[in-house]
Amino acid sequence: MSPLTPRRFVLSLLLLGAVLILALAVCASLGSSGYTILDLARRAASGDADPEVARTMILRIRLPRLLLAALAGAALGAAGAAFQAVLRNPLADPYVLGISGGAALGAIAATAFGLPALLTWVPIRALASFAGALGTVAFIFLLSSVRGRIASYPMLLIGVVMNAIYLALILFIETAIEFTRIQGVMLWMVGNVPTESYELIGVLAMIIVAGIVALAFLGRDLNLLSAGEEVARSLGVTVERTRVTAVLLASLVTAAVVSVTGLIGFVGLIVPHVARLIFGPDHRLLLPASALCGALFLMAADTVARTVMAPTELPVGVITALCGGPVFLWLYRQKRGATYFE
Amino acid sequence: MNESPGSAGGPILEARDLRFRHPGGAPLFDRLSARIAPGEMVGLIGPNGSGKTTLLRILGGTLAPQGGEVLLGDRPIRALPPRERARFLALVPQESQILFNYGVLEVVLMGRAPHLGLFGLERPEDYAAARAALRAVDLEGARHEDRQLNQLSSGEKQRALIARALAQDPRLLLLDEPTAFLDLKHRLQIYEILRRLNRDRRLTVLVVSHDLNLAARYATRLLLLHGGRLVADGPPAAVLTPERIRAVYETEARVDLDPETGTPHVIPLAPSPGPGL
Repeated sequence: MSPLTPRRFVLSLLLLGAVLILALAVCASLGSSGYTILDLARRAASGDADPEVARTMILRIRLPRLLLAALAGAALGAAGAAFQAVLRNPLADPYVLGISGGAALGAIAATAFGLPALLTWVPIRALASFAGALGTVAFIFLLSSVRGRIASYPMLLIGVVMNAIYLALILFIETAIEFTRIQGVMLWMVGNVPTESYELIGVLAMIIVAGIVALAFLGRDLNLLSAGEEVARSLGVTVERTRVTAVLLASLVTAAVVSVTGLIGFVGLIVPHVARLIFGPDHRLLLPASALCGALFLMAADTVARTVMAPTELPVGVITALCGGPVFLWLYRQKRGATYFE
Repeated sequence: MNESPGSAGGPILEARDLRFRHPGGAPLFDRLSARIAPGEMVGLIGPNGSGKTTLLRILGGTLAPQGGEVLLGDRPIRALPPRERARFLALVPQESQILFNYGVLEVVLMGRAPHLGLFGLERPEDYAAARAALRAVDLEGARHEDRQLNQLSSGEKQRALIARALAQDPRLLLLDEPTAFLDLKHRLQIYEILRRLNRDRRLTVLVVSHDLNLAARYATRLLLLHGGRLVADGPPAAVLTPERIRAVYETEARVDLDPETGTPHVIPLAPSPGPGL
């Protein structure tokens, strides 16, 4: 890929933005009830579609869910790209590494112990998610570094084990507290986009957009880090500070998503790879592009989840795992192809 | 050409009384000192584990010693902001495994980072500097620029990494075994490029090398490191003697003088019966 120019930066993001708006309109028009966004404009003029029902269906049910899916996809896509650069591992992803799992355990533990009811004035569930995610990243750094250098493959193994432990702990907590909630927890463990209030979506949007913009400003340092830690250091990057900042931001947006949708897998893995193929590896563009591609992907995936077996709805995590799992395996086999790996 | 911490007459790089030990290890350097004058081309040689890479990292400012200091010109390297340091000296580490599908020009432009603002994309003068750097390592032209770095041959890749260092527009270039994985032709090619940069641009070069003969042929001065101590420092012919090679490398060797260049040529004969045998 040729180097990033201001022109390519602006055009790429404008293009993605336009596709995103189009996709929002299309996805908002798909659903088992048959209403489309055209029904919103039609008002009472035509007799066959009740405009009030269409309004409720689209603006109160489908749109908030789509917006939440877009936010979640954006956060996971950008976080995946950031983790891949910071951990110097092309297979890194908040889900695979257990970071989402840590966030989930945090949220569930906080809820189970009744903390949100005790401390109503703080978003305790989101904070507990954040703590769980950060704890997991710290653990990954600690366990996978060998004499100051971070080894890629042990990291994936650690992620698998962490995920198993988190699942066990979550099921243990839920069983101990209230056995009947297990079903809901299982749905959450697979990842599910609920219809939430615009208020909550607004708060999430602020956190996630701010986090992604801040990550994009680390873009050039992340480029240098992907060229090697020692290279980055010799080019004037304060490696530790960049690492800690990027990990904090990526964990923050991941935790914000997980505390609402549960564990949606593989978005952070496949989205950055696809974005890299289309938009190149430069993180100054890759981070915002991964966010927008992630938003597109998860909106599409949730629409499929909503409609493919209508009126029964699948959890969106089923779709992302069915798309992402095979891609992960394919990427893993690519490692001797020398495109992404040594 | 560069706002300089360097001053006329004095060394461009100086190590004073360096002390260093790896975490949990035995002391490696104990009051090690060395000086490099502007315009020199110095070879740093020594057996495995003698501390060459560690010394290079300390001199390059990417590793902090536990005692003593490194001076760039007359300023302590620790006192320089990292980006300012990166405009003065460039380091080519030994293994740099680059992730993802970056193109050659993209990688060389990374060398411009110390010259750019926070988010700033590269300006026309940065492209000019990167292309000049590629020209200096004989990789010029559009057919090289957009190729993926990871698809280059080892020789081309090493030259592209040297170009990245040159794009920093440094006065001092430190290289850690730039020819480690290269065949004869590409080894010579790298050293010819380094000599050209040293002679034509007065770039000061410090190169770590395992290849005694190449180092002897191209460097104006050799530093011989053994067990964390500088055991010899001088012109190649004075440093590379059979006695010293026996003592440091535990190898019996004959040293001839190249009739054309007058530089020493080491012919290893047999491992010395070491103290443990």
